[in-house]
Parts: sequence; structure tokens; C-alpha cells
Amino acid sequence: MGEVKLFFGPNHPGMHGNFSVHMYVEGDIVKRARPLPGFLHRGFEKLMERRFWYSNIALIPRICVPEPDINEACYAMAIEKIAKLDVPERAQWIRMIILELARMANHLMAVGGIGGPLGLYTASHWGMADRDRILDIFEAISGARIYHMYIVPGGVRKNITPKIEEMIWKFLEYIESRFDDYENLIFKNRIVHSRLKGRIILTREHALEMGVTGVGLRATGVPYDVRKVDPYLFYDKVDFIVPTATDGDAFSRVYLKFQELKQSVRIIRQALEKMPQSDKVNVPISKGSALRHRVPKGMAYAHVESARGEYGFFVVSDGKNKPYRVAVRGASYPQGLYGIEKYLPGTRIEDVPVWLATMDVCAPEIDR
Amino acid sequence: MKQSQSQMPKKDFFAPVKAWKFLGKKPVTIEVPNKVKREASERYRGFHINDWSKCIGCGTCAKVCPTDAIKMVEVPGLVQEDGKLPQRPVIDYGRCSFCALCVDICTTGSLQMTREYIHISDDPEDYIFMPTEKGIKAKRGLYEHGKAPLGWVKDKDSDLLDLERVLMEMVEPQERVRSFIEIVKGYSKEQAMKEAARCVGCGICTYTCPAHMDIPQYIESIYNDDLEEGLRWLYRTNPLSMVCGRVCTHRCESVCAIGNRGEPVAIRWLKRYIIDNVPLEEYSRILDINPEKKGKSIGIIGSGPAGLAAAYFLATMGYDVTIYEAAPRPGGVMRYGIPKYRLPDEALDKDIALIEALGVRILTNMKVGEDISFDEIAKKHDAVFLATGFGLGRSTKVPGTDHPNVKQALPMLKMIRDFLRGDGPKPPVPKKLVVIGGGNVAMDISRSMARLQMIEYGKVDVHTASLERTYEEMPADMDEIEEALEEGVKFYPGWGPIEIVIENDEVKGVRFKKCIRVFDENHRFNPQFDEEKQIFLEADMVIEAIGQAPDYSYLPQELQEKLEFFRGRIKTNEYGQTAIEWLFAGGDIVHGPDIVHGVADGHAAAKGIDLYLSSKE
Ligand SMILES: Cc1cc2nc3c(=O)[nH]c(=O)nc-3n(C[C@H](O)[C@H](O)[C@H](O)COP(=O)(O)OP(=O)(O)OC[C@H]3O[C@@H](n4cnc5c(N)ncnc54)[C@H](O)[C@@H]3O)c2cc1C
Ligand code: SF4
Ligand code: SF4
Repeated sequence: MGEVKLFFGPNHPGMHGNFSVHMYVEGDIVKRARPLPGFLHRGFEKLMERRFWYSNIALIPRICVPEPDINEACYAMAIEKIAKLDVPERAQWIRMIILELARMANHLMAVGGIGGPLGLYTASHWGMADRDRILDIFEAISGARIYHMYIVPGGVRKNITPKIEEMIWKFLEYIESRFDDYENLIFKNRIVHSRLKGRIILTREHALEMGVTGVGLRATGVPYDVRKVDPYLFYDKVDFIVPTATDGDAFSRVYLKFQELKQSVRIIRQALEKMPQSDKVNVPISKGSALRHRVPKGMAYAHVESARGEYGFFVVSDGKNKPYRVAVRGASYPQGLYGIEKYLPGTRIEDVPVWLATMDVCAPEIDR
Repeated sequence: MKQSQSQMPKKDFFAPVKAWKFLGKKPVTIEVPNKVKREASERYRGFHINDWSKCIGCGTCAKVCPTDAIKMVEVPGLVQEDGKLPQRPVIDYGRCSFCALCVDICTTGSLQMTREYIHISDDPEDYIFMPTEKGIKAKRGLYEHGKAPLGWVKDKDSDLLDLERVLMEMVEPQERVRSFIEIVKGYSKEQAMKEAARCVGCGICTYTCPAHMDIPQYIESIYNDDLEEGLRWLYRTNPLSMVCGRVCTHRCESVCAIGNRGEPVAIRWLKRYIIDNVPLEEYSRILDINPEKKGKSIGIIGSGPAGLAAAYFLATMGYDVTIYEAAPRPGGVMRYGIPKYRLPDEALDKDIALIEALGVRILTNMKVGEDISFDEIAKKHDAVFLATGFGLGRSTKVPGTDHPNVKQALPMLKMIRDFLRGDGPKPPVPKKLVVIGGGNVAMDISRSMARLQMIEYGKVDVHTASLERTYEEMPADMDEIEEALEEGVKFYPGWGPIEIVIENDEVKGVRFKKCIRVFDENHRFNPQFDEEKQIFLEADMVIEAIGQAPDYSYLPQELQEKLEFFRGRIKTNEYGQTAIEWLFAGGDIVHGPDIVHGVADGHAAAKGIDLYLSSKE
């Protein structure tokens, strides 16, 4: 049988964002695969050079739709490093809560979302519905469900009220009560096992070679998590573990996310308890209005553990009121570009969406 | 693969089926907007509202908007006024990212967001919308005012303006009252750049400044650390920037957009910072003034701010300018009135030096009407500009004011300045002084005399009484009153003099009666007193500081008859041109009451003279 070219995306319900994969298949087997970013036409990094330090917070969350907050956090933390800002303690705890809630929102979508390529739609609906409860919290905190624009250089934009804290406590309780349901529906499911176990393996050597981080690397037994290896915010002041697996297969990757959900619950609880009461949740970048904030000359890299792995912003300032250069390390860059080209060949057509889903390929991160 | 499947325990085989228990549960999906109207959260960032009674059209919202969604649009029917521009923001919801940065930076707090998030229209124009206090639905009559629930509003955490001024350092009261050293120390480069960063560049101040100075432009030059550029901006409209940077009445600051919610930008101190930090030798290179000579000459009478400003602008246009000044030194009130601790001679010298460098001749000790006749001047020049100021003092004329120890503020201030610069004898210093007056001149003389008393006797004994019954009502600046208090001056607001008590030909003090009202219903000066309530303030000298008046005696009678006057001031057109076409006037004798009005008048008259002479060609 001859080689056939198939397009997966950009318009495909199983595609994660504005991205496509050109597959050259023989029968059901992928012979060659080519990733195609470039549908976004944004040029985030360049745009940032034309906007005030502060105004960029409207732009950067868009680099990753399912988990926008990491962008805000990295951008803010890099600027704070250069400008040597003393961020109020309460703001740092609030940021941790936001980042963990965002991780949970992302993982719920990913864990439930695995139902998409597998035809287990109940899981997808559950994941989305439960994620929506987190979006409710975000809406209460920041006034928006998806693009929060809430973590800013110097702190966070508004304080968290007791009412919102209460809302978070309730959610944590609720989501814990749901974990068994998820376990039963997805992880004790024969179909899931047969589609994911031992499939689409990424070995440790390959992961390390490409620079894959996050669950892709942890599923091969490497306990690499930025929250532990280079703790930021107050991650060194809370107890949590970094779950790992050894199979390196699709199942391990999804299951790790599921276990991480439980760790996030632990972290948020501790943050809510340890967070000091305070009126102050930010400091200005510099004296002056937001039109004229200046960041002193310098450069810094700030990174976080995103739901997809190490995520970082490298920021350069020439002392003016706009960034000189911002470069983003998107966590899914290695697996989304090299990974597709190098490791998809040999897998089956139906494995392709599973790769994209379990590897968390996020298009705007690549096409930025 | 087989192996991993067999790892699944048998008992888990039916586990997924447990999800069936949800079949009987209520669905969590809600049908918006058909069945349920879902209320957004309290902080929701939905469609904007803008309270037009507060919005000043400053355009700061448009500047911060990261998506360029906001355009400022002139609104027919709105007029330009102090502190307001006749434009309002229009928002393009095709671009808006609902970030609320505009709300957080809005200088007045007029712009807010609602919890409104649904807007359905088949007309694309409906998404470009000028918010009012009624919100987006108002247009289609869906919401009455107040019904769209408020969403994201600014609070102290999210505020993107800097409401606090960079503190200006001053000499401490105990130290400054012992000498006439300048009180205000001036900003350092770092401080000035920080203060300049507070400005949002709206330019609302420019309209209110009588000289319409390019304020946002020179502040931006400071922000960019480009003082040469700043100097060029200053000199476009004001050649007395060094003086104005110290003692201007700074009306601009009273309308500063930042002042709506915080402390206005320190515009005056920023102006001073530029001038203090550009060396005089560099001026001619930076300003690069090389006009073509016009071959026409202008005579100016009086070297106060109006006269000097007119001279500067005329010289830059290529006119030959001569100033006639009665006093031995140029500067008018700036030289002989304003006390040294507010305006040192050097500051004035720097401004005048540049004007002289342009070829302007200043003939001092040349009193028109005595040393030279007006007619001679009129004959010599193609046009004449009058800027003779209000040089005569006013008296309360209560009994006893003709005593030699009852003085006028102006001559006393002049004597003090002359003494301090070594031009004249020491003024008499009373042990106990009563000053009558509540304006800035009264503050100047009270504080100057306090210093002399401190130097002479080691203590301050100055009592200043005014008709106005509160500090707020007094015409003096609050800063002046506060600083005078710090220096030991005692105030008696709400008292009007009855008589100067004189015994054995010596001043003993002043008797006052209670003033119960200064202005009548028509806001006219019409004081009323409670004759029963009286106080007596002891004094061996009394100084009256209740206002100044012009002296037109140098103008020939027939000329005075041709001129038009209104309440002692000469009437002119917008270019300072009087009823006599070659005669122009400005400063206190036309407008007053301060230096910057004089500068503006000088500038306008220079343009007027140029228009007049060009039209004659
Ligand atoms: C004590 C005092 C303090 C003040 N403080 C401030 C302040 O802090 N800030 C501020 O903005 N304003 C202040 N003012 C007001 C301000 O000084 C005046 O509004 C301003 O100086 C008016 O400028 P002018 O050019 O009209 O006249 P003037 O400054 O009064 O100058 C008039 C000049 O004309 C000369 N002259 C008059 N007649 C003749 C003649 N016949 N022949 C030749 N020359 C003649 C006079 O000698 C004088 O030099 C103050 C005024 C006083 C009295
Ligand atoms: S910032 Fe506020 S006051 Fe200024 S134009 Fe915008 S809405 Fe009006
Ligand atoms: S909400 Fe943000 S994007 Fe929309 S108009 Fe305001 S500043 Fe611009």
C-alpha cells in the first residue's frame, strides 16, 4: 500500500489549539510526521517590546490558554528579580494558590480530556464541569474566567476576601470527594488500559535528549519538578511530593497528572492556612504611573513548574518603560516540535491525538 | 501490552460502570441565557460605564490600553474648561481584552466595569461604543441608569496611578527664620525623574496655565533625562522659567489630572529642576536663536515680568528692544517685592542675563515722566509696550495711618531686599509688629519681618490680622500660612482695624472689631462688623498689606483720555493692543495678578506688535 498524507488539525476536534500535524501514513502506521505551528500570527514576544511593562499583562496570558497564569507569574518574577522588588508575603501565597488552581484546571481538562481520543466522553464532561468550578473561583478573584491578568509585577492586583477563601476551601472538599469517581471511570477502565498502557512510550534518554520536562520526564522516573529543584514563591514552605512513574508510557503520564491533582489540593490547603492577613498585596514596579514604570537595566530568567513542565520567561530591560526583549521557554516546545517529528513515526494514527494530549502540546507556546 | 492489561485486577472490571450512579442526578449544565440569567462575579470585568460628571477627558485610559481599543473623541456640546478636555473615551469591543487597566488607571475614577457580559447585535457598529454612566445597554433602552450592576472597580491595590508626590526638601523652620536663605532645596535628578514619572501627559494643565506652557512635554523631557529638550520647551512660552519655577502661583497644579484623586504633579518644582540644571553658558547653543533683524525698534516701560517677557519674544523675532526702568535694577516686583527666601537674586539674574544676551537694552534709573518724557519714547520707537505694574500701596485709611511708623508693605519689602543685597540701609525693626492683611503680600512682609526680628532680638513677635475669618477664606496660599505659623507668626483671622492707637506721638497698637462677613450675596467685597466685639493688639510698628494700585502719572493727560480703563486697569484686545494702535500694555495694569499672567501678556503683546508692524509694511 502506498503512502497517504493526512492532516490532523488545525480544524479538528481532537487538536489542541491552532496547530496541525501532517502525517504520512501507510495503513494505520505513521511513517513520517511534521508539526505545523504558525496559525496564530501573534508574535507575542515582539509585541511585548511595544507595550508598557504593566500593559503586557493583558497579552501574556494568551501564550497558554488552558494555563495562562504561569505566564503572568514568570513575567512578574523575572521583573521582580531585575528590579529587586520586595513582593508582599500575602501576595506570594496568593500566587501559589492561583498557580495550583490553574494546574488543577489544566489537569482536570487533561485527565478528563483523555476521554476525547479514547471515546470515553463521560470523562471529558466531568473534567470540564469540575474545571468550571475552578473558573468560578478565578472569576471571583480576578473578574475573569480564562484570562485572569491577575498576577502582576510586584504582587497581585487585588486581595482575596474571606468569602473567596471560603469558596476555595469548599471546592477542595468537593474535588476530593470526586477523585474516586475519576479513578473508577478512567484508571480502572480496560479500554483506557489497552489504549494507553505500554503505548506511546518516551524513554528517559529521549526525554532528556530533547529537553522534555514535566510529566513526560517524570513518567520515566526522573523526579524533576521546578517547585522542588529551584523552589520559587513559598514552595519550600509546604509539604508535597512529586509523583513519578517508570513506564514512560501514555498511561503513566495521565496517571501522574491525576496524582498531582491531589498534591495541589494539599498545597492549596497549606497556603490558605499559612497565608498572613495583610492589606498589602503589591508594590509598584517603580515610582510613577503605570505609563512610566521603569525597570532598571538588567536581565533575568524566572521559571515555574507548569502543568506541562518547566516554563520560563527570560526578560531583558534596557532601563526604559517597555521591555527590551522577552523570550519565553514554552514547556511543550520539545515534544511539540522535535517529539512529533522524531517519535511519532512508528505509532498508529489513533496514537497521534494521544501523544498530543498526554504530552500537553500547547500551540501558542510554540508559535509565540 | 498483554502483560500490562493482565495487571488490572479482576475486581476492577466493573469499576467504570459506577459512573451510572450519576444518571439520576441533576445536570450541572445551565442554559444561559435562555433559561437562566447567570449573574457574574462581584469583580467581573464586563462592559464599561463612564460617569461623565467625573470624567475629565484626560485620555489616560486610552494611553494604557494594551489593545488600542480606546479612542478619545471630541464631543460636540462639551466645552474646554479648567481641568477638563471636551473629549470622552470610545471603546472598540472588537479589540478590548477586558483587562480593566483603563479602569485601574482612570485619573478620576469615572471609568468602571459592570457585570454585563452579554451583548448581541447584528450591527457591528454597536460594538464601538462611548460608555456613559448608563452602560452598553442604555443605547437600546434595556437598562435604566444604575441597573447594570457594578463589576471591576479600582481599589487601592489595583490603582495604577502614583498619588503621592516626591517630597520636596525644605530648610527647617528654626533654621530658616534666622536668615533669608532660600527655603526650598530643589529636586535632585533622581527625585525629579521620579516625580516626572507620575505625570500621565494629558496636557489639561496647559490650557489653565496663563502662558499655556508645554507642561507635559517638558516633564517628559525630564523623565527621559533630556534637559536640553526640556529647556527648549520652556522657552517656547516662558523666558522667566527660573523665576516661575520658584514662585509661580502654579494654577496648572490645581487642575492636574492626578490631583483628582491624589497630590498633583509638582509641575513648578520640575520646571525649576530643568533651569537649575542647565548652565547659562549652554543656553544660546541649546536655544539657537538667530533671528533676522527687522530694523524696527520697540520701547518697553517697566522691567517686570510682562516687560521682560515681551522683550524676549520681540528680540527673538528680530526687533530692536529698549526697556526703560525707574529702579536701579531690572525685575520689578521680582527684584523688589518677593522676599529673598523665596526668590534669590541669582535666579532672576539668570533669566535676565539671557534676555540681555539677545541684545535687549535695559536702561535702569530711567523713570518715564521724570528722567525721560513719554513723548520722547513714543517718538523714538515704532511701538511702545506699557508694563509698569501696580507700584502704589493701598491704605485702610483708619485714623492713625498717617503716622510715620505705619508703613506700607511694598516699600518695606523693597528696603529689606536692598539691605540684603547691600544696596541700602537696614530697615527699622520693631519689637512688636502688627500686619494688616491676609494675602500673599501680607505673608511676605510678616515672614520677612519675623526674620529681621529673629536676627535682631532673637525672637519673633509678629501679629497678622485679616478680615477673612478662616485660613481657607484668606487669599494667601495655604503653604504660605502654614510656613508663617511654623516661623512664629501669629494670626488673627476675622478682625478689621478701627484705629491705630497713638500715645505721645508713638504707635501703641491697633484696635480691631470682629468681622462677621467679608463678601455679600453677590460676592462683592462688602465687609460687615460686630462693633461690640473688639480686640487690641500691641505694636510699635504697623504695616498695611491690603493691596496695590497703579500709577499712570507718567502718561500724558491727552493720551490717558484716549485710553479705556476698567476698574483701574487698561483695556486691550487679546494681543495687548490698547485703543491707541501703536500702544500696547500688559501685566498687572491689564490683567494681573501674578508673574505668569505678566509673561503671557508679554508674549501676546509681542505677537500683537509683530502683527501690527507687519501689517503696516
Ligand atoms: C510682595 C509681592 C509678592 C508677590 N509674589 C508673587 C509670587 O510669589 N508669585 C507670582 O506669580 N506673583 C507674585 N506677585 C505678583 C507679581 O509680582 C506681579 O503680578 C507681577 O510682578 C506684575 O508684573 P508687571 O510686569 O505687570 O509689573 P511689575 O513687576 O510691578 O513691574 C513694573 C516695573 O515697572 C517699573 N515702572 C513703573 N513705573 C515706571 C515708570 N514711570 N518708568 C519706568 N519704570 C516704571 C517699576 O519700577 C517696575 O520695575 C507678588 C506681588 C507682590 C507685590
Ligand atoms: S482616564 Fe478616566 S477621566 Fe480620563 S478620559 Fe479616561 S475615563 Fe475619562
Ligand atoms: S479593558 Fe483593557 S483592552 Fe479593554 S478598553 Fe480597557 S484597557 Fe483596553
